[in-house]
Amino acid sequence: MNTIREKLVVEPERYEFSGPPIHQFELARREFFKILGAGIAVLLVAKRALVAQETGPGSGSFHDEELPREITSWLHIGEDGIVTGFTGKAEIGQNIRTSISQTITDELRVPFENVRLVMADTMLTPFDEGTFGSQSTPSMTPQFRRVAEAARNLLIEVAAKQWNVAPDGLVAKDAKVTDPASKRSLSYAQLARGKTLARNLPSEDPITPATEWTVAGKPFPKVEGRAFVTGKHQYASDMRLEGMLYGKVLRPPSFGATLTSYDDSAAKAMGEVTVVRDGNFVGVAAPSAHKAQKALDSIHAQWKEMPQVSSKEIFLYLKKNAQSTSRGHFRKQKGLVETGLAAAAHRLDASYNVAYIAHAPLEPRAAVAQWHDGKLTVWTGTQRPFANRDELASIFHMPESDVRVIVPDTGAAYGGKHTSDAAIEAARLSRAAKKAVQVLWTREEEFTWAYFRPAGVIEVKSGIDADGRLTAWEFHNYHSGTAAIETPYDVAKQLTQYHQVPLVLRSGSYRGLAATANHFAREMHMDGLARMAKIDPAEFRLRNLSDSRIRAVLEAATKSFGWPRKRTREGQGFGLACGHEKGSYVATCAEVAVDRVSGGVRVARVVEAFECGAVVNPDGLRNQVVGAIVQGLGGALFEAIEFENGRIQNPHFAMYRVPRFRDVPEIEVVLLDRKDLPSAGAGETPIMGIAPAVGNAVFDAVGVRLNHLPMVPHGLKAA
Amino acid sequence: MAKSMEIEVNGKRYAVSYPPDTPLLAVLRDELGLTGTKYGCGEGQCGACTLLIGGTPRRSCQIPVSTAAAKPIVTIEGLEKDGQLHPVQQAFLNTGAFQCAYCTSGMVMSSVALLATNTNPRREEIVQSLQGNICRCGTYPRVIEAVQDAAKIMQERGR
Repeated sequence: MNTIREKLVVEPERYEFSGPPIHQFELARREFFKILGAGIAVLLVAKRALVAQETGPGSGSFHDEELPREITSWLHIGEDGIVTGFTGKAEIGQNIRTSISQTITDELRVPFENVRLVMADTMLTPFDEGTFGSQSTPSMTPQFRRVAEAARNLLIEVAAKQWNVAPDGLVAKDAKVTDPASKRSLSYAQLARGKTLARNLPSEDPITPATEWTVAGKPFPKVEGRAFVTGKHQYASDMRLEGMLYGKVLRPPSFGATLTSYDDSAAKAMGEVTVVRDGNFVGVAAPSAHKAQKALDSIHAQWKEMPQVSSKEIFLYLKKNAQSTSRGHFRKQKGLVETGLAAAAHRLDASYNVAYIAHAPLEPRAAVAQWHDGKLTVWTGTQRPFANRDELASIFHMPESDVRVIVPDTGAAYGGKHTSDAAIEAARLSRAAKKAVQVLWTREEEFTWAYFRPAGVIEVKSGIDADGRLTAWEFHNYHSGTAAIETPYDVAKQLTQYHQVPLVLRSGSYRGLAATANHFAREMHMDGLARMAKIDPAEFRLRNLSDSRIRAVLEAATKSFGWPRKRTREGQGFGLACGHEKGSYVATCAEVAVDRVSGGVRVARVVEAFECGAVVNPDGLRNQVVGAIVQGLGGALFEAIEFENGRIQNPHFAMYRVPRFRDVPEIEVVLLDRKDLPSAGAGETPIMGIAPAVGNAVFDAVGVRLNHLPMVPHGLKAA
Repeated sequence: MAKSMEIEVNGKRYAVSYPPDTPLLAVLRDELGLTGTKYGCGEGQCGACTLLIGGTPRRSCQIPVSTAAAKPIVTIEGLEKDGQLHPVQQAFLNTGAFQCAYCTSGMVMSSVALLATNTNPRREEIVQSLQGNICRCGTYPRVIEAVQDAAKIMQERGR
């Protein structure tokens, strides 16, 4: 177990390059209907369209591979007329369950209530690399349109055959097929009865344009919302199987510590307690969590620790330990920056720091594992059910087909639930105890043993001419990542480079990845240049920006905000930022109130314009955009993981401050619905604009440039 | 050592046997199967485990089961009456005041407690009452809207 656990250590932005093997879906047609019952099914067979725009550290040849054909989604119409869509994506609060259901409803022309979605179950759903990168909407919306449309046509064909007429004149609507000539009709349920009809279709068929959507594109409330407000929905942490035990894991005192001596005799003497030691892994399982904790506390263990980098010195460390660029990490150059700098009327060079932060999903990592006849089933909150399955199979030396991972709708993830830690722990304990075991991490474990958004240092050199046009742009990101690293502004002479640094803390994905850090540095820097040029920051950006989609969100945001605004109070300031990432576009305007005496910084008002192509569910989208702004305020103002000698110093909500009600400004969201463009994802990009918009507003208020995220962990004076 | 006691939850009495210092949250979730009340931090900092003890909102992760035995306990599972949602639950649905919804039980219970003493709270009063409840998805503006909507529903239903 030891060696495999080491392999699980993730690199920054893990998901961008660690594609698991792609599997041919092997469920035979006969088995398919055995599981689902008789009816009509359509399976989408597609060449995998991978996350094409993702480029990351070490992305290597992954994107160039020709991947095998496989089934990416499917849909079944049962004899009861219930339509079930199957997708490997997980519901983690982003509300994709609702928006996919809308798409199926739309295309199949059935009541919304008749549509079900089976998600993220490695036995029942098609392979999926994971729920991340804002890919669920752009991949699943067209896929389910295609399968639903094909299912509709299949139903028409079945009816035509039954009536012995040509299919052309038949109409599918309101969950039935009607022959307008004879006024006959058959419901989908009647048409599906006794059938085991499956059709494959290629992914290339054209789909219904957004202008013709009737159900998608409209606000719909969260599917099964009632189960959530009544407490009935069972998250992985709520599952209670017959005879289930509660597991606890002994954590080392610091990262990288190794077990040197160990005595579990007291725990074993307690009775009803299973103790497992396997390499560095020590865990217990007992009939109650209370008893498991008591047993764990009774274990005497000694560890060998090693000296480690602390948060106080992290930024210097990152600069010093950057690896050479020869390994194909991101580097892009256009023209000679030196020439552009020499031609500049004004030059601005600056450095920006970004601290480690935690995802802190309110539901900590949780898993329930159960073994039966040598096969393993795990229920867990994860964004990567198939990767979890493969890791479990590898760790327990069993074929992947003997492992089933099921993801109940999860208490959020924000990029933080890619790994299978709790699942592995529960499975290991369950195998020893021969009973189902649940592992639910404590908040302290979640803050310590999960992984973090990586810290980083960003250095920028730049120049503008006398008219306020960029002449040179040089941008270096150390460690934090490559998402949105390239400037969207027009500049002929530029160099952009990512510098990899060996991991200090276990790091990985986070909502928006490094797009937040890169936008923070870039947009703070652009603000500084605008002030040097004595040009309004919005006008300055537009002067250097030919990308029409960014221009559109920037113009929409400034219009709603009433930019430029005149200061009416001492300590008031206004700032803005804009950018794009993962196919969606954002512009954010912020108003802050700085109290010079106390050093308090309050964000008073935020207007954010957002554009992600054709909007599928404006209600769910607004929730995501507002949520991203609020979550982004935490990393902007006060969230930072502090660590020393391999220990997290603030692993509690009392010490790690996250945004609460009082931190929330007045927020206005402007959605630009581009029905002429494909739908892009929206879970991440709306988080990018808030930090630089607030930073620029603070500068506007008091003339202090806060180049460090978080900007005011202890108020302005201390910063 | 385990101690036998009775607790009243959602109008039903349960005999439980637990060490007296066991958090009420653990007894509800692990023994009674009432998993609507969530574990979020175990430190009284996030509000996910909020329930009512004698009508007062409490963090059940911080309350030893022995001290909870004296007064009636209401959890999220006890709000719905004869198939009708409590106005606060209805209001959370109406306004879509959740994303992952893991905080929702605690948010609802804190809001129920607020509206029991203040039938028409101002925005600042809502913020004050719910300050101890974390929504990491950042759905706070809609939760405020939901509490205001619930106040209206309660007036319409005549409380």
